[in-house]
Amino acid sequence: MSIEARNIAKRFGDFVALKDVTLQVPAGELVALLGPSGSGKTTLLRIIAGLEFPDAGSVFFDGVETTDRSVQDRGVGFVFQHYSLFRHMTVFENIAFGLRVKPRRERPPEERIRARVNELLKLIQLDWLATRYPLQLSGGQRQRVALARALAVEPKVLLLDEPFGALDAKVRQELRRWLRRLHDEIHVTSLFVTHDQEEALEVADRVVVMNEGRIEQEGAPDEVYHQPANAFVYHFLGNLNLFHARVKDGKTYIGEPVNGRGHVSGGVPLAYVRPHLLDIDRQPTGENHIPAWVKHINSAGPLVKVELETSRGDSIHVEMSHERYQELLLKKDDAVFVSPRDVKVFGDSQAHAPATQ
Amino acid sequence: MAATASPQVLAAPRLEPRVRTDPALVRWTLIVVGGVFLGLFLFLPLAAVFANALERGWGTYLAALKEPEAASAIRLTLLTSAIAVCLNVVFGVAAAWAIAKFDFLGKNLLITLIDIPFSVSPVISGMIFVLLFGAQGLFGGWLASRDLKIIFAVPGLVLATTFVTFPFVARELIPVMQALGSEEEEAAVTLGAGGWKTFFRITLPNIKWGLLYGIILCNARAMGEFGAVSVVSGHIRGLTNTMPLYIEILYNDYQFVSAFAIASLLTLLALLTLVAKSLVEWKTERQLAPQDSVREEGS
Repeated sequence: MSIEARNIAKRFGDFVALKDVTLQVPAGELVALLGPSGSGKTTLLRIIAGLEFPDAGSVFFDGVETTDRSVQDRGVGFVFQHYSLFRHMTVFENIAFGLRVKPRRERPPEERIRARVNELLKLIQLDWLATRYPLQLSGGQRQRVALARALAVEPKVLLLDEPFGALDAKVRQELRRWLRRLHDEIHVTSLFVTHDQEEALEVADRVVVMNEGRIEQEGAPDEVYHQPANAFVYHFLGNLNLFHARVKDGKTYIGEPVNGRGHVSGGVPLAYVRPHLLDIDRQPTGENHIPAWVKHINSAGPLVKVELETSRGDSIHVEMSHERYQELLLKKDDAVFVSPRDVKVFGDSQAHAPATQ
Repeated sequence: MAATASPQVLAAPRLEPRVRTDPALVRWTLIVVGGVFLGLFLFLPLAAVFANALERGWGTYLAALKEPEAASAIRLTLLTSAIAVCLNVVFGVAAAWAIAKFDFLGKNLLITLIDIPFSVSPVISGMIFVLLFGAQGLFGGWLASRDLKIIFAVPGLVLATTFVTFPFVARELIPVMQALGSEEEEAAVTLGAGGWKTFFRITLPNIKWGLLYGIILCNARAMGEFGAVSVVSGHIRGLTNTMPLYIEILYNDYQFVSAFAIASLLTLLALLTLVAKSLVEWKTERQLAPQDSVREEGS
């Protein structure tokens, strides 16, 4: 079942949470709503679920308007960030809840409920925990139970609000891969909210980037990552270095880095470069380079992270392979030259000049 | 001494409780003062109630309780407090729900209003109802013309008792419901549960110990209420005398054994309340302190 939100606006007192947002989720897709906190992504999700009502705009499921329908009638599965399992019920009863509260005419007989719950317990690989209470489970287990509970009523759409936000990094990674595999199995239209760009890019079929109550860009993960619509999206999807830019004969040259000291002045175009798209050389190469000094090296990890400083004291972050690092034999305080392999310039960069990381 | 101790000894965790470092004199003085105070102000009066009640043996004691007027007072007390507790459970849950789960204009005012019965003297609480429903009261004429009696009748007793005991349930539930939040209820409605099903299957089980605690306190206060009830009762023997009022009448009539016999019943109720309250507190604590969660199993 497809989801469509049309021209949604919502404010809480003075705070404008959503400004005229239009979103489409095609049937069977797994879509991520990605954005920083306060960007309105959770509000949008709750409006689609019916837990919140929009000030303006409408929601459609499969082309049928559902804006005025109550949560109960929408047939959505909702997974909360903090699981919200019923603490006085066992795992089994938690999952069975949605089936047990159905009106008598629609309620399946007891043995059907049991069969369905057992089937879901197998799906989440927790059948051995059926008689436990939520407080006896780990975070990852709780979230899987919450997911099974939402799936028990065979929802037409699945909405997940920062489903892995409260888990630690390792469990989070495991669980999001599991969610992807699960989605490939059951194909229920799913929309999940996250502030973790890695999670969104890894799991989703499509990513919708939100900021300040607006959608900045939507598209496939590689499209959003490689062709960012604006500086905000580029910045939000990864670390970057910011330079003053000079454009000559269609080529962008980098000038002084722009750091937290507020060098940004009106009218000066800015160049955005990801740390792994900067090269370090002992000798100047070509014309597009700036001199800098090595300040800090961190080689623990898949890439070597080097922090450099320019003569004016601004810092530049570079990431390189271990092979290249060994070739260069970099040491602290070495004088080097930094040159970009790829530079992004955005027309609206002034408006979105990000703070230093 | 510390200077001569080796570093290991200094670094060792201190397992003994800190209290042990206070001089014995201080400790014992505090314990004795506490004990003497408890004995004088609690145990002695308690013992006196039962001693006086049983002064002339069990036969007289039981006879005092079997008096028709005594039986009527006991029945009336049970009836009044039962109605008051039921009403306050409904009002209390509703008020706590509104305060804990919604934001609305005048919320703080409502919280203050709930506390009024605590801060107003019970006698004044009774007076309010006399001024409203008494013969010369605001609605007195209207009620008299329809032959409805509130003051000097059971409805007045129920009203006064309900008013005085109003805060107990609400006060107990507000923090419990605020701590619970509304996420579980939201989860229930997304799963298709309607308002009543959500309340009875999710909210009620979560607040049951807090609610029970409020009911116990509310009931104890309702049965023991004297001031407000005294004003609206009219002291009609066998009709509008609750146990506390009846005790006063007996005492003023120099029927000490009977007075103390009834008093012993109220005292027993107080003791039972204490036991029930401790049980509920113990249960609540166990519910709030979860067992250590199991570590993440590999999946």
